[in-house]
Amino acid sequence: MTELSVKPGKKSFFPYRIGLEPRMAQVSSWLPASLSLGAVVVALMIGALILALGGGNPWATYAHIARASFGSLGVLSDTLVKATPLIFIGLACSLAFRMRMWNIGAEGQFYMGAFGASAIVLLPVLPAEAPRWQFLILMAISGMFFGAIWGSLPGLLKAKFNVNEVISTLMLNYIAIAFCNFFIFNVWSEGGFQMSPKFPKNSWLPRLTDYASTVPEFAGLTTHAGFILAVLAAVVVWFILHRSKWGYEIRLVGDNKRAAEYAGIRISRNIVFVMMLSGALAGLAGMSEISGVVHRFQGAISPGYGFTGIIVAWLAKLNPYAVIPVSILFGALILAGREIQPSGIPKMIQGIILVCLIASDFFLRYRVRIRKQVEA
Amino acid sequence: MDILVILQAGVASGTVLLFATLGEILSERSGVMNLGVEGMMLVGAMSAYSIAVHLGNPWLGLVVAMLFAGIISQIHAFITITLHADQVVSGLALTFVGTGLSLVLGEGLNKAGTVALLPTLSIPLLEHIPVIGDIFFKNHSIMVYIGYLFIPLTWYFINKTRPGMHLKAVGEFPAAADSQGIKVYRLRYLYVFIGGMLAGLAGGTISLAISPGWFSELTTGGQGWIAVGLVIFAQWNPIRAAAGSYIFGALRRLVLDIQGPTMLLGFANPFFYNPYLGFFLQMIPYAFTIVVLVIGSQEAMRKRIGAPAALGEPYVRGERGK
Amino acid sequence: MVDGNPLEAAETVVKMRGIVKQFPGVVANDHVDFTLYRGEIHALLGENGAGKSTLMNVLAGIYRQEHGHVYIHDREVHFSSPRDAIMAGIGMVHQHFMLVPSLTVTENILLGLDEPRFVMNLDRYDQAIAALSEQYGLRVDPKAKVWQLSVGEQQRVELLKMLYRGAEILILDEPTAVLAPVEIDELFLTLRSMVANGKSIIFISHKLNEVLAISDRLTVLRRGQVTADGIPLQGITRRDLARLMVGREVIFEFEKQAHATGDDVLCVENIWSKNDKGLDALKGVSFSIKAGEIVGIAAVAGNGQSELAEVVTGLRRSSKGTVRILGEDFTNSPVRRGIQFGVGHIPEDRTHVGTAPNLDVTDNVIMKNYAREPIGHGMVVDMGAAHSFAKDLRALYDIVVPNIDTPVRLLSGGNLQRLILARELSGNPPFLVAVQPTRGLDVGAIEGVQRLLLKQREEGAAILLISEELDELLRLSDRLFVFYEGEIMGEITNVHTNDDELVEQIGLMMTGTRMDELHLETEGASHHD
Repeated sequence: MTELSVKPGKKSFFPYRIGLEPRMAQVSSWLPASLSLGAVVVALMIGALILALGGGNPWATYAHIARASFGSLGVLSDTLVKATPLIFIGLACSLAFRMRMWNIGAEGQFYMGAFGASAIVLLPVLPAEAPRWQFLILMAISGMFFGAIWGSLPGLLKAKFNVNEVISTLMLNYIAIAFCNFFIFNVWSEGGFQMSPKFPKNSWLPRLTDYASTVPEFAGLTTHAGFILAVLAAVVVWFILHRSKWGYEIRLVGDNKRAAEYAGIRISRNIVFVMMLSGALAGLAGMSEISGVVHRFQGAISPGYGFTGIIVAWLAKLNPYAVIPVSILFGALILAGREIQPSGIPKMIQGIILVCLIASDFFLRYRVRIRKQVEA
Repeated sequence: MDILVILQAGVASGTVLLFATLGEILSERSGVMNLGVEGMMLVGAMSAYSIAVHLGNPWLGLVVAMLFAGIISQIHAFITITLHADQVVSGLALTFVGTGLSLVLGEGLNKAGTVALLPTLSIPLLEHIPVIGDIFFKNHSIMVYIGYLFIPLTWYFINKTRPGMHLKAVGEFPAAADSQGIKVYRLRYLYVFIGGMLAGLAGGTISLAISPGWFSELTTGGQGWIAVGLVIFAQWNPIRAAAGSYIFGALRRLVLDIQGPTMLLGFANPFFYNPYLGFFLQMIPYAFTIVVLVIGSQEAMRKRIGAPAALGEPYVRGERGK
Repeated sequence: MVDGNPLEAAETVVKMRGIVKQFPGVVANDHVDFTLYRGEIHALLGENGAGKSTLMNVLAGIYRQEHGHVYIHDREVHFSSPRDAIMAGIGMVHQHFMLVPSLTVTENILLGLDEPRFVMNLDRYDQAIAALSEQYGLRVDPKAKVWQLSVGEQQRVELLKMLYRGAEILILDEPTAVLAPVEIDELFLTLRSMVANGKSIIFISHKLNEVLAISDRLTVLRRGQVTADGIPLQGITRRDLARLMVGREVIFEFEKQAHATGDDVLCVENIWSKNDKGLDALKGVSFSIKAGEIVGIAAVAGNGQSELAEVVTGLRRSSKGTVRILGEDFTNSPVRRGIQFGVGHIPEDRTHVGTAPNLDVTDNVIMKNYAREPIGHGMVVDMGAAHSFAKDLRALYDIVVPNIDTPVRLLSGGNLQRLILARELSGNPPFLVAVQPTRGLDVGAIEGVQRLLLKQREEGAAILLISEELDELLRLSDRLFVFYEGEIMGEITNVHTNDDELVEQIGLMMTGTRMDELHLETEGASHHD
């Protein structure tokens, strides 16, 4: 029971009172979605205001973003390419956040996944002429494995030593990137350049353009099979969360840890496993990016996917299916963002969107009532 | 590789962590965890440097840095205190906003040329104390000395003054504070603001004193996150925070210097002969943060002392506290 | 005392008229009038949820009324914060103490005051507080940190806090709920000395005996409305009070059927366990419960009974001793093993332990059997089976909820407790632990819960009942153990309700007298009432 007065009564002066009440009835299902949409619109308006104050033309910027990401079949395909890692990472975050494990380390897990996938080609584990299916399966397994290790480390630290996972996952991001840089600059460097040699075609995920000979419209389209994999992953994550015993445990731990203990659920074990799967999903994003887009191991393969994935998860309200469309929207923002100056704009807009989203959740929990002051 | 030089540089670069950590301690003592330190530091570093470039006055730069960072900290305050939202997510959002904002407004600053920096000085008499004088009182930026003053002042404020007592009450048991007429929301806003100002000061200290310049996100390089980790290690105590900050500062410097000499502990220095191994040295401060967190969390568990009891909990009047 | 306060001559210090306070879905106060005279102890009586605390929170400036007026010394006041009420001389001691554990007694008392202004010279204030505590006989060390104090001492700090602020009107919200009988006597002495010093006291309670023992006049609330407005106590009986409070003539009595009991279900031997602070909470406790038997534990809060419930359900480790359930060793077994055994557990804290607030009714009722057929097979949860299970329980236990996919945070306290009971009883547990099963429920709900527990007993369950309501323990239990500081003071095998001598014996044991020492104590014991 709570009573909050935003404007405490200056009685005669201000005849209305803004009262806040916690919502005691179930909210209809359209409310969360429309609130989120409203939050994004408000965020874009705030972003426009800042852009305008900085002397830019916000509407031109937004129109440019829209054109540069959805304007033609070609750019739409590029948008899907950018959305693919976001779906994986959005799922990774949704899963961990469901248990209130704040995995901020998807960026590092992504890099470790890229490392793991690259190692198959570059060590090499498989000869260059090995068949594609062998390459792809091994690369995916290796990418997930390294991502999972990187994710389970903070999970173990949390379970064993109660170490705050926000900070440990973040620190592991820096460590992962330094670790990968060592291989990029030194071990696998091609002739002193800061990148590995290009991978053999057998290790590439199939792209639409590869089928241009049968479907001419596909020519030049770079959307790759990773997108399908990501959609499948969303189905799997949804099934785990809502139809499996493990998912039930995750949801129970996430909502009330003490109730979970009381229900006999092994919390430490769940923390480690959830972080492991979360890391594996982020690692798979790294594999899909390496094998589907970059085709070599190099630095700067992520324009902050690990962090954007957090916003994606939050905007999707941790719903695995909603992660897909939200990722496509943010893929568009990242794609167009490359051409926008100054370069910080997409990041700033992402931040503002997240701020507005969290703020909008307030209206899910509280009902705002404007009441007339009544004099008895 | 001179141990004195490393320690001296450690004190200098530790000053940055010190300001940020003290700010976060004050904010967390009031019950609000603000993970946006990194973003606020970037805003501070950018605005301090920008003012120094355009107006030529580094002091004015520092003031603007503190105000700007303090103001954006109020986004977090509003979302978590008034709107009762989750402090972790909101802090992350603040990091994004701060980082993005500093990148947008700091566009082109890296090509600014020479800039008036904060003065460097030695403390008369004290600088002549052997070893101690060299490490702590010689040829430091004035910010380092200001940092020394902040340590006892913060400690005294928290433990020996009436506002400090109210601060602790608000963070430990807001309902009790509220029942005695202490304005819980107002104080929490205030200390989040102060925490933001100190993060801004930390940022300004980087860009105008310790490692001058604006290098976009690399300016802070994760020090804001290290500060958040140090708060746990420090167990919300300013004295321990100072020790942690200076040790970390020294470590950061050691990692840089260790690549210099050809010989290390009587062996050929591998970091000299293969500079790429330096990537592993780069990991050390971050790995050490995790180690420090393990130690801090273990110690807190053993001694059964912990975070301020209401840390992370929104306060709603009329809902029963713990 | 009643005679000392002729009503016509008395000076009115508080007058509340037509107070209306609503919360979403409830009218907590519906045009309530209340009048307090100087120098009286005025009881505010009512059931849980009758609106007593709400009314006093309005007076203390914590809530603001929607309608109505408050007058202090015949001047209308509009409090916008607790501070305003404190300035007007009103001090409230909440049921849950408003003390900061990590601060000292003196610091807690100084909290929120204008003096000292900045630097705290604690030594000087320590002395002032020592003097004040001397004056009212409220012994407590000013330098001690609050977390080091006993519950009774903390209450004294609260009283000192109000006196130091110069409060003339003291509101005590259920002050005896946390105290042992001896401490209650001490508190009553203190209250008497306060009114003798000209203070006026409002005493909130739902316990009839205490109200009769201490108050001069009383006001009774029922469902937010006044049923007795400041009536003097002469000639009032418990029965009258009960009728005013509950709205019906009799307090229900159960026909507890005597029936043959079976084998030992729970057997606890020499159990030791530590509490959250790392101190021994249980010190060598041994007892057993047979099938078809309710064994009650009577103790003042914090004497090891909560830890006992956690140890036998596997939520807390025991450092020594053995727990056997149905003959199998259960010492320090994980919680899930107990659940597989069919151990039922009605936890003390419904919202923080017993349920997951944002999950729906279905998810909450399958908490104990999601991993078992027919709901769980292999790695999968069969949501169809879960839904029909939830629907069955809703019908069977009369859980009022529009939909089984409603999040349970939207359920009322009584419905939430029925949901927990439904979940815990649906598997017909051979052994059930019930901790404070009726706390905070209204009379109808209490009756329902108690009937369900007795039904389980008749069906052969062994029940460990832990409650702070002695009436409830006496009504339901076949045997009763009294705990004090983690030890058993005595066992009562012949449990009757309405046995004053028995109640007095239990009271003495609850404060640390062993049963075999009782005959020594009773001769010297003072008879209050």
